[in-house]
Amino acid sequence: MSDFAKVGRPATRETGSRGSAPNTAPEATIPPNPPDSGPPPAAPKVVTRPGDRIFRTLTVGSGALIVVMIALIGVFLLIQAIPSLSGNQASFLFSRDWNADPAALAFGVLDLLLVTVFSSVFALLIAMPVSLGIALFLTQYAPKRLARPFGYIVDLLAAVPSIIYGLWGLYELAPALKPVSTWLNDTLGFIPIFATGSSNLAIGQTIFTAGIVLAVMLLPIITAITREVFDRTPSTQIEGALALGATKWEVVRTTVLPFGRAGYISASMLGLGRALGETIAVMIILASTSQHFGFSLFDGGDTIASKIARAASEFNDPRGAGAYIAAGLVLFVLTFIVNAFARYIISGHKEYE
Amino acid sequence: MSTATDLDRPAAPPAFQEIGAGRKLRNRFATGLVWGAFLIALAPLVWLLITVLARGLEHVLNADWWSRSFAGLTSRQFGGGVYHAIIGTLFQGLICAVIAVPIAILVAVYLVEYGKGSRLANAVTFTVDILSGVPSIVAALFIYALWVTTLGFPRSAFAVSLALVLLMIPVVVRTTEELLKIVPDELREAAYALGIPKWKTIVKIVIPTALSGIITGISLAIARVMGETAPVLVLVGYTSYINFDPFNGSMASLPLLMTSERLTTNAIGEARVWGAAVTLILIITVFNLLGSLISRLTSLKTK
Amino acid sequence: MKTKRTASVLGIVAAGALVLSACGSDNNTAPASDNSGAPAPTATAPVECGGKEALQAEGSSAQKGAMEAFSAAYDAKCSGQKLSYTSSGSGAGIKQFNGGIVDIGGSDSALSKDKGEVDAAAQRCKGNPAWNLPLVFGPVAMPYKLEGVTDLTLTAEVAAKIFSGAVTKWNDPAIAGINSGATLPDKPITVIYRGGESGTTDNFQKYLKAGSKGAWTKDAGKVFNGGVGQGAEGSAGVADAVAAGDGAIGYVEWSYAQDKNLTSAKIDSGSGAVELTAESAAKAIAAAKIKGEGNDLVLDLDALYASNTAGAYPLVLATYEIVCSKGYDADTAKAVKAFLTVAATDGQATLADAGYVPLPNEFQAKLLTAIGAIA
Repeated sequence: MSDFAKVGRPATRETGSRGSAPNTAPEATIPPNPPDSGPPPAAPKVVTRPGDRIFRTLTVGSGALIVVMIALIGVFLLIQAIPSLSGNQASFLFSRDWNADPAALAFGVLDLLLVTVFSSVFALLIAMPVSLGIALFLTQYAPKRLARPFGYIVDLLAAVPSIIYGLWGLYELAPALKPVSTWLNDTLGFIPIFATGSSNLAIGQTIFTAGIVLAVMLLPIITAITREVFDRTPSTQIEGALALGATKWEVVRTTVLPFGRAGYISASMLGLGRALGETIAVMIILASTSQHFGFSLFDGGDTIASKIARAASEFNDPRGAGAYIAAGLVLFVLTFIVNAFARYIISGHKEYE
Repeated sequence: MSTATDLDRPAAPPAFQEIGAGRKLRNRFATGLVWGAFLIALAPLVWLLITVLARGLEHVLNADWWSRSFAGLTSRQFGGGVYHAIIGTLFQGLICAVIAVPIAILVAVYLVEYGKGSRLANAVTFTVDILSGVPSIVAALFIYALWVTTLGFPRSAFAVSLALVLLMIPVVVRTTEELLKIVPDELREAAYALGIPKWKTIVKIVIPTALSGIITGISLAIARVMGETAPVLVLVGYTSYINFDPFNGSMASLPLLMTSERLTTNAIGEARVWGAAVTLILIITVFNLLGSLISRLTSLKTK
Repeated sequence: MKTKRTASVLGIVAAGALVLSACGSDNNTAPASDNSGAPAPTATAPVECGGKEALQAEGSSAQKGAMEAFSAAYDAKCSGQKLSYTSSGSGAGIKQFNGGIVDIGGSDSALSKDKGEVDAAAQRCKGNPAWNLPLVFGPVAMPYKLEGVTDLTLTAEVAAKIFSGAVTKWNDPAIAGINSGATLPDKPITVIYRGGESGTTDNFQKYLKAGSKGAWTKDAGKVFNGGVGQGAEGSAGVADAVAAGDGAIGYVEWSYAQDKNLTSAKIDSGSGAVELTAESAAKAIAAAKIKGEGNDLVLDLDALYASNTAGAYPLVLATYEIVCSKGYDADTAKAVKAFLTVAATDGQATLADAGYVPLPNEFQAKLLTAIGAIA
């Protein structure tokens, strides 16, 4: 965006060949500088109107406000968490028990962290292949006229609020998954992730159910970004592959997928960040339990987000609330890292611009 | 260029050669998988919508539901409606929009028009990305720590709106930024060439060009923010009465009503929860449609 | 032209807003409720309506149904006055009351001296003590779901063993011993407890501690200490979970078990198996003693839990409304008095429908005295 304050230069006449300076005519008429005039005349002054200055300040101020806000969030949460952390009788990072009673603080975030990461990764593993398929479908396989309406339908998944996902998961999906969970537990129960866990799988309030609902919630996010990236595959590459006689799948495999790989991974990381922070759907579906997490899909438990939300009504005591805020900070840092990683993956890829 | 005249073979290889069976099979398999993926995406959506409608639609279809609250009724009595929750949801969303939209648009303008490549712009872009990844519960916690614990204000609907502002800003910034980038440079340069100051160019030419998309983005963001439950759990109390005051007292909202009525196990509680779910989805859909309608009305007629 | 467009858009929005804000009302005519004739206390007291228009109360979810009945009666008696109740748990109720955020706290356990709640409340009431006024009595049922078993008796001892994980299967000899005649299947027991802080959990654990003759080795308290089973959200969550899983057992307020048509265990406290009915619960409540001083009507429930009166169902909890004896501003004090008076008189009539036991007459008399003394 060049600075257009210096308007006023006369339009130069186009001559036949580029590059030749069309200065011959003007040079003859501009008198050379008098030899004894001091320093060369200064450049013409830039006129800034007050409206420009005010507006610019407003926009810069808004930008700075956003940066300050994020810093404030981090600082504030840290300040509120420190008194509780210093009064904590257990190791915050490694203890697996959680007791936020202000009189006897002994809270550790490890169990919560394990459940959070486990359920999110499980959801991501289900969602990634499905969104890849949907993105390919919408960009390469769907009939051209139907691609937009179909895309809109997939985007509808993102418009449903998470509380409704939670209700659907608890009242519809959990009973429906009972035969599947029972079969998995019976036949594959020797594998730790399918072993009997702390939550009754007939009732269905397990990480298995919650993970599947999370996966459904992640689908629109990963799909939307991946779709955009796949759309940007240079048509020359696609046409080249077609010209060489590739089948549709081979075209996709050799041009679209390699081109879009970084974008797809980045989209999946963003989806992971979303799953880590999902609060209400998990709170409604997952049953809390008093046992430690056993790395089974059929365990209950709490994620960091659902633990905080469950305790929301108990925030009056600053020391007690500080424990939850400390856990919230851990979650903030975790999602920060995941999102920064997602950005880093596509940072070098100018072709996505 | 071969000039050999060999009449035993055709002059050129056949235009279309047969594809090997293996390749064909893999192709068909991949097509099947990809179609299957799409159907897998449709299945939960359809299932969810059917569930919500089947369980909730009947309760929504009377006039009382839309015009009355639950005041004076216990959780064992049929009747009443969710007017108080609808008002609450709309209020919280609109107050949030009033605060968030100007800030977000200004930030987007900064990123596109003023700050290209500067260090502050890089920091702002990075921060907006981070903000878009902040979980809603962390935003609610922050507002609680700031507004209630430190500044001493009571829990109120206004606090909820503040938390929603944190969630809405990144969405609006992103969409507005994309739209402002699409506005062709020639428009700006023509304006500058006519001597129009920069701020006027932005306000009167660039933004109106992008306005239809911006409005769609805003209405989508409002729709998304109205469904957030974590802030209302932490920052406001539930009441079954109508309350128009966002600064004092409890205010109902649809997600809060659903959370609170879930605590009743009887048919009436279920009716209220699912009815509220249908209402919420309807309102979100209306906002989406309203957004596209207004954007179509305000878009500059091209050709 | 652009102003016309903008104006039309703004016009639509403004008109929509006006229509929306004008068309709602709080006017609900409650359907006529039939009081099933359960005994309600008979005294009446004059009610002075007025004062703060919108009272805020928060706390125990066990009394949610009762608070709604009280609130409806209050609305009917003093038109224009209302009370909003957020049921987020007894722990939250006390915290919000002590924090000055709500006017009345609802808690299944009285303010605890050990936890500093008494002092914090006194501070909130500007140096005056806070009173615990029990306005709601509700029995706690132990619903279970077991295919083929419709009649189950438990003693406090066996219940303590089940809820602490000492007994893990339904056909354990401990259970079979007191249920001769029932064929108990070889299924694992799934314990469902209330997640979070709950006064129902507190009272249940107190009952197990007082009545189980040492079989319950954990502490009482608002958080379930049994160390076994899975937690559920709120009483509704417990009832839902028990209804969904074969082999599940939990503890929940009676109204929730009734709503889900769950069978509840009978309790044998030494004088034979007693089923949970309004009469057996009322019998237990009538025997409860007050251990608080003056107008602070804290009940001694431990004695009740350890008692073995014939025909009495001992697992009953009382929910206290925690109020300042003095220290409210004049408006709030007037409204609180009016509300509590209505709750203790007219409001009791519909409680039986909602699964609660109305106040015995002697209690009501003491309550009305205490309410009258709020300044």
